[in-house]
Amino acid sequence: MPKTKSKKIDLDAKKSRHLFYQMLLIRKFEDKAAEEYTKAKIRGFLHLYIGEEAVAVGVIQALTDDDNVLCTYREHGHALARGMDAGAIMAEMYGKQEGCSRGRGGSMHLFDKSINFFGGNAIVAGHLPMAVGMALASKKQKKGNITCCFFGEGAAAEGEFHEAMNLAALWKVPVLFVCENNLYAMGTAIRYSHSVQELEKKGAAYGVESSAVNGMNLMDVIEAANEAVQKVRDNGKPYLLVCNTYRFRAHSMFDAELYRDKKEVEEWKKRDPIPEFQEFLLKQKIITEKEIKKIENQVDSEIQKAVDFAEAGTWEPIDQLTEFVYSENETK
Amino acid sequence: MSQTIKITYREAFKQGLREALQNDDRIFLMGEDVGRYGGAFAVSKGLLQEFGEERIMDVPLSESGFVGAGIGAALAGMKPIVEVMTVNFGLLAMDQIVNNAATLLHMSGGQLNVPVVIRISCGIGQQLAAQHSHSWEPFFAQVPGLVVLSVGTHEDARGMLHTALQSPDPVIIIEYTSMLNLEKEISTDMGAVNITKAKVIKSGKDISIITYGTGVYKCLESADELAAEGIDAEVIDLRVLRPLDEETFLASVAKTHRALIVEDAWRSVSISSEISSRIMEKAFYELDASVKRLCGVEVPIPYPLHLEQASVPQKSDIVKAVKRIINP
Amino acid sequence: MTEFLMPSLGADMEDGTLVEWRKKSGDTVKRGDIIAEVETQKGLIEIEVFDEGVIEKLLIKEGEKVPVGTPMALINPDGAEAEAKKETASMKKEVKLQPIEEKAEQKVMEKSTKEIRIRATPIAKKIAQDKGIDLSQVTGTGENGAITKDDVENVIVQKGEISKTEKGEKPVDNLVEVEPEKTEAQPFEAELYKMEKQPVEVKKERALTPAEAIRSAVAAAMSKSNREIPHYYLEKRVDMSKAMAWIKETNRERPIQKRLLPAALFIKAVASSLDEVSELNAIWENGLQLKNEINIGFVVSLRTGGIIVPVILQADSKSVGEIMEVLNDLIPRARALKLRSSELSDSTITITNIGEGSADKVFGVIYPPQVAIIGFGNITEQAFAENGMLGIRPVVDVTLAGDHRATDGITGSRFLGSLNKYLQNPESL
Repeated sequence: MPKTKSKKIDLDAKKSRHLFYQMLLIRKFEDKAAEEYTKAKIRGFLHLYIGEEAVAVGVIQALTDDDNVLCTYREHGHALARGMDAGAIMAEMYGKQEGCSRGRGGSMHLFDKSINFFGGNAIVAGHLPMAVGMALASKKQKKGNITCCFFGEGAAAEGEFHEAMNLAALWKVPVLFVCENNLYAMGTAIRYSHSVQELEKKGAAYGVESSAVNGMNLMDVIEAANEAVQKVRDNGKPYLLVCNTYRFRAHSMFDAELYRDKKEVEEWKKRDPIPEFQEFLLKQKIITEKEIKKIENQVDSEIQKAVDFAEAGTWEPIDQLTEFVYSENETK
Repeated sequence: MSQTIKITYREAFKQGLREALQNDDRIFLMGEDVGRYGGAFAVSKGLLQEFGEERIMDVPLSESGFVGAGIGAALAGMKPIVEVMTVNFGLLAMDQIVNNAATLLHMSGGQLNVPVVIRISCGIGQQLAAQHSHSWEPFFAQVPGLVVLSVGTHEDARGMLHTALQSPDPVIIIEYTSMLNLEKEISTDMGAVNITKAKVIKSGKDISIITYGTGVYKCLESADELAAEGIDAEVIDLRVLRPLDEETFLASVAKTHRALIVEDAWRSVSISSEISSRIMEKAFYELDASVKRLCGVEVPIPYPLHLEQASVPQKSDIVKAVKRIINP
Repeated sequence: MTEFLMPSLGADMEDGTLVEWRKKSGDTVKRGDIIAEVETQKGLIEIEVFDEGVIEKLLIKEGEKVPVGTPMALINPDGAEAEAKKETASMKKEVKLQPIEEKAEQKVMEKSTKEIRIRATPIAKKIAQDKGIDLSQVTGTGENGAITKDDVENVIVQKGEISKTEKGEKPVDNLVEVEPEKTEAQPFEAELYKMEKQPVEVKKERALTPAEAIRSAVAAAMSKSNREIPHYYLEKRVDMSKAMAWIKETNRERPIQKRLLPAALFIKAVASSLDEVSELNAIWENGLQLKNEINIGFVVSLRTGGIIVPVILQADSKSVGEIMEVLNDLIPRARALKLRSSELSDSTITITNIGEGSADKVFGVIYPPQVAIIGFGNITEQAFAENGMLGIRPVVDVTLAGDHRATDGITGSRFLGSLNKYLQNPESL
C-alpha cells in the first residue's frame, strides 16, 4: 500500500482536521442518502461516491474560491468539499425548493453559482467542452482563475473528451482535467473500454501535460493536485490529472453488481482513504482519538440537520412549473 | 423618410456582425473557417483583418467541442457568436445545444444564464445531395429553453443578430445558404429588429400563407401572382420558431378564415404541423376550409436539380394550392 | 419496534423476491449489515439494514415475492446491547410509495348524433348556430361540397333581409319614423364589436365589419332576386287625409311614447288586404305556396349602410296599437343589430317605407322566395282630385312589385284596391 510522501506537503493541524472532517462528512452523508433512497425520500438516480472521497477533497483543497468547478453526476462529494451546505444538497435530492437548484435538478444536478460550482452534469463528457469555454473566457478576460473539470474514465472514451483536450491545448487555456478512474463505466471495466488503460498517456497526443496518482490516498492526491493546479495557474495551459480510485458501492442504487467480484470490492475496501488518513493523523499526532470522536459527532449532527432541513422543505407550486425555461428579463 | 440600399443577404449578415463586434468587447466570433478563409460562405470575409484573432477565432472541426466551449464562455461572462458551418454538421453539436445550453438555466434553478448566439446555415438549393441539404428547423424548435430564429428576409439578416446578443438565453439563428447572393432593398438606417414576433409581410383578406426562411420570398412572389387573379393573400413570416408567436398567425386566420403553411422541412412532426395544430386548437371556429400544408417531400434530398426542386414547395405549387383552397 | 421494509432501490423497482435471510430471529444487526438477499429484475441484490437492534421476528418466508415497502422483519432497537448507539430522532416513518397519479384528462366521448352528418366549415357552423340557420337546407360550395361561411351568409340574407333599393340606388337613411329617443341605441361601434366577438382568444384585426357583412348579404339576395324573379310593378296614389286625421285623433288619447305613426297603419292595412288577396302572402319555391300566417317583414335602414328586415309576426291578428308597440321594440334593436334570429325569419311579404322628407315613391325588389313587396313613399301634400273637386291632400304613392311567376297584375291591382279601401276607413282596422 503506497504510503504518503507527506514531507512535501505542508499540512497544519487545522487544515488536516478540516480535510478529515470533509471526507467523513461525504462518507456519512452519502450513507444517509442511500438510506433515504430506500425509503423513497430520494428518487431518480443516486450515484454514490463512497470510496473516492480523497479525490474530491484532495483536488478541491488546491483551488481558490475564484476557480470554477465542473463535475459529473456523481458529485455530492465535490459539492460538499467545495463548501456547499449539506442541507441544500439533501433538500435538492428530496426535490424541495430549498435545494441548491430549487429542487429542479436532483442528485445529478447540484449547482451553486455563488461558490463557482457548475454542476452536476449528467451527460458523460458533455461538460468538458464547457469547461474549456469557461477557461477560454478567463483567458480572454484575464481573470487569472482556473477551471477544474472532474470526469470519469468512461468520459475519456467519448469524443467530447478528445475535442476538449485538443481545444484546450490549442487555445492554451487554464483548465485542469481531473479524471477519476474508478475502473468501471457503470458495469464496463476499463479493460473493455480503453485500448490504452494508462489514461494519463492520452495527454501526450494533445500536448497536454499529465500525471497519474493514487486516488485512494489523500496525501498523494493533495500533493499531485497542488502541483497540477500550480502549473495550470502559472503557465495558463491545460493539465490532465488521472486519479486512480474505486467506488465501493454499486454504480447506482439499483445495481446488482453482476460485473465485479465481491472479493475485488473487499480488496479495495482495505485501501479505504478515510481510515488510512485517520491513522496517519493519529500517528503524526496531529489529531487525538477524542478529537476524532468529536468530529464524528459534528458530522452526525450536520447530517441530521441536513435531513431535517430537507424534511422541512417545501414543494415548489405546480403553477411555477414553467419557470426557468427562459430568463424573466427576456426581451419580450 | 429613410433611403434604401440594395444589399445581398450575405452582406446584410456581415454588416450585422461588424456592428456587433464594434459595439461590445465581450463579443467574439468563433467557427470553422470564419477567419483566414473568410467564412465558408464569405459572410465574415475581412473581419479577421479588422478585429484580429482574439475576436475572430478559427476553430478545428469539432462541433461539439467548440459549441460547448461557446456555451462555457457564455457562462463565464463572454458573449460568443458561434458559427456552425451548416446544420448538417450541427447534429454533432446537438448534445451541447440541447443538453447544456437549453437546460442549464432550469437545472440550476435559475442561477445560470447561457447568453450564447449560435448561427447555423441551413437548407436546400445547391444540389448538395442528401447529407448537405437538410432543413432541421423543427429539431431546434422542439427544445424549450432555446430561442430559435429563422432569417427569411434581408431586414432580419441585418438586424436579428444585434437583438439576439441582448438575450440572456441561448439563441439559434438559422440562415439560408441558398439566399446569400439574393439582393433586396433595405433601409439604409436599418437596425435591430424584434425577435419575439412573427411578421405580416403582406396583408390580405382571402387566405393566410404562413411560412418562414426560404419560404418568405417564395410566398410573397406567389401572393403577387395571386393578386393578379383577384386573390388577396396575407403572407406571414414566422421569424421566431421558438417560442412561437401564435398571436400573429391566429389573428390572421381569424381574418381570412383560411390557412396554407409552407416550409422546406419534412412534413411529419414539423413546424407546419405545430402551426396547424395550434390553429385547430385555438382558431377552429374561424376556419372556413381545412388547413393545408406544403412541405418538403419525405425523401433524402437527391442530387439532380429537377429532383431537388421537386423535393420542396415551389412558387407554382403555392399558387396552385391557394387557388384550390379558395375555389375547391 | 421498527419494521424492516422491502427497500426501494429504484423508481422502476416494484417488488422483490426474498431469496435468503442472512440474519435470523434473535440476531443482533447493526447499520450496514446485510440482512437479506433479494432477487430483482436486475439480479440478486444484497440488502443492507439501516437500523440497529435485535431481530424480533422475520415476517417473510424465503421465496416470497413482496412489493416495495412491505414489512419483512421486526427489529427491536432496545434489545440491542446497552452501548448500542442511540438512533437519531428522525427514525422511521411509514413508507408510502405514492404512485404517480394519472392525471390524464378523462375524455368524454360524445355519442355521435343520430342526425345525418353535415359537412360544413367550423366558422359556417358557428354562424349557422348563432343565426338559427338549418344547415341541412344549405347547399355547400366548399371543399368536397362543404358548406362555407359565404353559403350560410347567403341564406341569412334570403331569410331575414330584403332590399328596397332600386338598382344601384343607395338605401336611404331613417326609413322609419320612430321616436327619436328610441332610435338611440347603445354606442353602435361597441355593439358591432360584441356581435363580432369570437370565442377564440385572439386579437383580431377587424375582419369583415357587420356593415360589410350585411352589404354583401344584401347584394347576394338582391342579385338572386333580380336574376330569378320577373317583377311586375303597380302603383296607386292614396289619399291619406282620413288616415292622418284618424292617427291624430287617436294619438290625442295616447301617451307620447305610445303615439302611432303612419307606418303602423300601413302595416295593419297591408295585413288586412292580404287577408283578402291571399295569393300575395306566399313564397315561390317549386311553385306557389300560400302561407297561412301573415308575417310582415319591415325594412329598417342602418346608419352604416345596408338594411335589416325584422318581422312582425301575425300582423293580421294585431291591432294598430300593438303593431306600433312591436315597431318601437324592434326598430332600435334592429339598428343595434340585437335582433334574435326568430325576429328575422319567416316573413311572408315585405314592406318598405321610404319615410319623410325623401323620395316620393319606391319600387321594391322582391326578397326571395317571397312573391311581393309593397313600397310606401313619402307622405306629401299634393293636388288631389276627388268627386270633381281639386283639393290639397296628404297623399302617399304606394307601389307593389310582384313576382310574375306567382301572380299577375290583376292580383296586385286587387290588393292595392283593397289597401286603399282600408286606408280610407282607418277606423275599420
